[in-house]
Amino acid sequence: MRLVLHWLRQALVPLLSVICGFIVAGFAVFLSGANPVDALVALFQGAFLERNSVSETLIATIPYIFLGLAVAIGFKAGLFNIGAEGQFYLGAIAGTYVGYSLHGLPAIVHIPLAVAAGMLGGLGYAVIPGVLKARFGAHEVITTIMLNHIALAVSDYLINRGPMGDPHASAPKTPFIQHSAELPILIPNARLHLGLLLALAAVPIVWFLIERTTVGFRLRAVGLNQTAARAAGISVGWTIVLVMAMSGALAGLAGADEVLGVSHFMPPTFSVGYGFDSIAVALVARSNPWGIVPAAFLFGSMRSGAGFMQLQTQVSADLISVVQATVIIFVAAPVMVRWLFRLRERPAIPTPLAAQEGAAV
Amino acid sequence: MPALELRGIVKTFGGLRANDGVDLVVQWGEVHALLGENGAGKSTLMNVVYGLQSPDAGEIVYDGQPVVIRRPEDAIRRGIGMVHQHFMLIPPLTVAENVVLGHESARGGMMDLTAAGQMVSELSHRYGLEVDPRARVRDLSVGLQQRVEILKALYRGARLLILDEPTAVLTPQEIDRLFEIVSNLKAEGKAVIFITHKLAEVMRIADQITVMRRGKVVATTTPAESSPPDLARLMVGRPVLLRVEKGPAHPGDVLLEVEALKVEDDLHHPAVEGVDLQVRAGEILGVAGVEGNGQRELVEAIVGLRPAKGRVTIAGRDMSHATTHRRLKDLSHIPADRQQMGVILDMSIADNLVLPDFDRPPFAHWLIRALDSIRAFAARIIKEYDIRAERPEQRTGSLSGGNQQKVVVARELATDPKILIAAQPTRGVDVGSIEFIHRRIVEQRDRGLAVLLVSSELDEVLSLSDRVAVIYRGQIAAVLEGEAIDREHIGLLMAGAA
Repeated sequence: MRLVLHWLRQALVPLLSVICGFIVAGFAVFLSGANPVDALVALFQGAFLERNSVSETLIATIPYIFLGLAVAIGFKAGLFNIGAEGQFYLGAIAGTYVGYSLHGLPAIVHIPLAVAAGMLGGLGYAVIPGVLKARFGAHEVITTIMLNHIALAVSDYLINRGPMGDPHASAPKTPFIQHSAELPILIPNARLHLGLLLALAAVPIVWFLIERTTVGFRLRAVGLNQTAARAAGISVGWTIVLVMAMSGALAGLAGADEVLGVSHFMPPTFSVGYGFDSIAVALVARSNPWGIVPAAFLFGSMRSGAGFMQLQTQVSADLISVVQATVIIFVAAPVMVRWLFRLRERPAIPTPLAAQEGAAV
Repeated sequence: MPALELRGIVKTFGGLRANDGVDLVVQWGEVHALLGENGAGKSTLMNVVYGLQSPDAGEIVYDGQPVVIRRPEDAIRRGIGMVHQHFMLIPPLTVAENVVLGHESARGGMMDLTAAGQMVSELSHRYGLEVDPRARVRDLSVGLQQRVEILKALYRGARLLILDEPTAVLTPQEIDRLFEIVSNLKAEGKAVIFITHKLAEVMRIADQITVMRRGKVVATTTPAESSPPDLARLMVGRPVLLRVEKGPAHPGDVLLEVEALKVEDDLHHPAVEGVDLQVRAGEILGVAGVEGNGQRELVEAIVGLRPAKGRVTIAGRDMSHATTHRRLKDLSHIPADRQQMGVILDMSIADNLVLPDFDRPPFAHWLIRALDSIRAFAARIIKEYDIRAERPEQRTGSLSGGNQQKVVVARELATDPKILIAAQPTRGVDVGSIEFIHRRIVEQRDRGLAVLLVSSELDEVLSLSDRVAVIYRGQIAAVLEGEAIDREHIGLLMAGAA
């Protein structure tokens, strides 16, 4: 019971922030001359009530889980990995290549190989900003943004003009991956694939890693107080590289999973901003691995229902970006949310003054 | 008519009553010492008087008039001045500019600094506060900067002056000068409230003493009617041993050796310039010095947190190029800056207690943390070191400063290290905890621990050390032993005068 209460309390501000996000977006809909309630109903219908829509919603949830975990693990160590998008691309490229270039392997070998290749691709790409930060102090926000652009350009080159393009295709794309590399479908007549189980398995693994292992302790210590971590003999630079590697591996896994599970080939513009949305996912989840699941599901639902909403109500699908943006603003300003809803600040974190002056000695 | 009369002041923070019905009477021409441990409520009370905090209840009567003081400007207008522990000066500006800041006299929109300079000189002469009005504050010593703060208050017409822990950063000689100034102020009929936790100073300078404990006034007395042991007992609520009880040292092998050490500070200026030190098993080597003479860089270089030239030998092995992690196997380190370097405030007490050993057995097996043994260890240490915490999972930041420091000390001593580097081990810690921490360090010394004690509290160095090294501008001015350990002499060495 206490545990449930604790969780509810943790989730309160994110939940209220999401509600605020919908209210603000509703205003935007109203100003554009449509009915906000109709739009919301259509969004819900599109995400859950249409044929196969639950399956499609879950498919959209999968990359958000992987990428949300990737960003959250960075947050835990005090790193802002904006490069999830780029690492996602590199993971997709590596996974695709292994997926189509190896022939005659049984699925049980081919799938793990392709998944591992995707993880390695993302990992390798994330280690670059990690090393740049650890060695030269280059801020990861700047370097990862730049590397995102490079990742896009590289995949464009590889697929449009370079060695990975499919010469027989009319539109630029890679060849299809081998059947042996395709992730198995979970339910007949729908597209929902094994990736969902992989994503759900990743959650407890990441939680265990952060909360129960020395690696997790190391990264939390660095995230909370680098000076003290250093004084305790923890190598801050090595930890940063390690965290970026783990974060990149998860992002790369998301990319490979998209190819192996959904599209089975890679077009040059592949992601539709998954990597950026996932920053919002991690924020709403407050970097808690368990919290990633509902947050990813929310974003997945919005994404999968948005098309239907646009068809039904003429409200642009881009509206969900408004929701996302407002949610981020509210999550980033918990004080404002507490004030809006007249929530009492819990005295769990005493003001420095009180701690210093009044505490019993 | 008293200068200041406080009646029933109450100030609470959350559930904590920092001031719980405090009465205080201060007369004109009196030095009134406000004595108490950290967290006793002294600073809160004075912040109320100075308008930095508003009381929940109670009355302030100033010079016979009931007054309401909402912000510092109200206090300044009425003639109340305060010198904070941390100076509020702008280093690149001159003394005169700092003094008149916010109260500039202007002529046609231009600052009139000539008049200001004259006024500053006049005040300086009158109270013996000699300082050059044209000097830049960044070039002044801490003692002189403090004078500027006092001048600033006087310039604004202060008749009641509050000094918050004014001696914490001064050399013995600077303290003498400060006391002369305070006497001059008193002779002019001004009232001085002197916040401190140092008993010897109270006995020297105070006319009246008010002792606070846990938000309440527990006694009002005079130096003639009391003694340091009495005052300590009143502050802590139980008898306290003021002197560290320790027998002679029985030094063994050299465990820590530093040779020709050269270290730079953050701005790449030389901070330690060729230091040689040896610490033997079973002895305490104290490093005395005014803060900022290279102590921090010296300690960080030994622990491996700062690049250095020269040799560092730890337990017989050359560790000049070893990582901090390797050095910490035989070496324990109590850092000077507790909140920045000593603990991670947002982690639990248990996690902080295993911080340097989190990845070694019994706290971890391979990569998995052994939470049960961490919790058991934490529970044991919390009991053994009397850390006032509800449970090991509690957030460390919710502990008082003294208890946070106990977490650090306990952690560094609990693993039976060979060498301890203790930098400011009792900074910001109350008398009761100081006694405890000192006793633990001496106990470990008697078991063969080699201790390098670095402290800017000369009393601490003198009472704990078997040998004393004086550091001045990054060099060891002298290493003294036995009879040669003389307070006056060390004070001069600390000031670079011998």
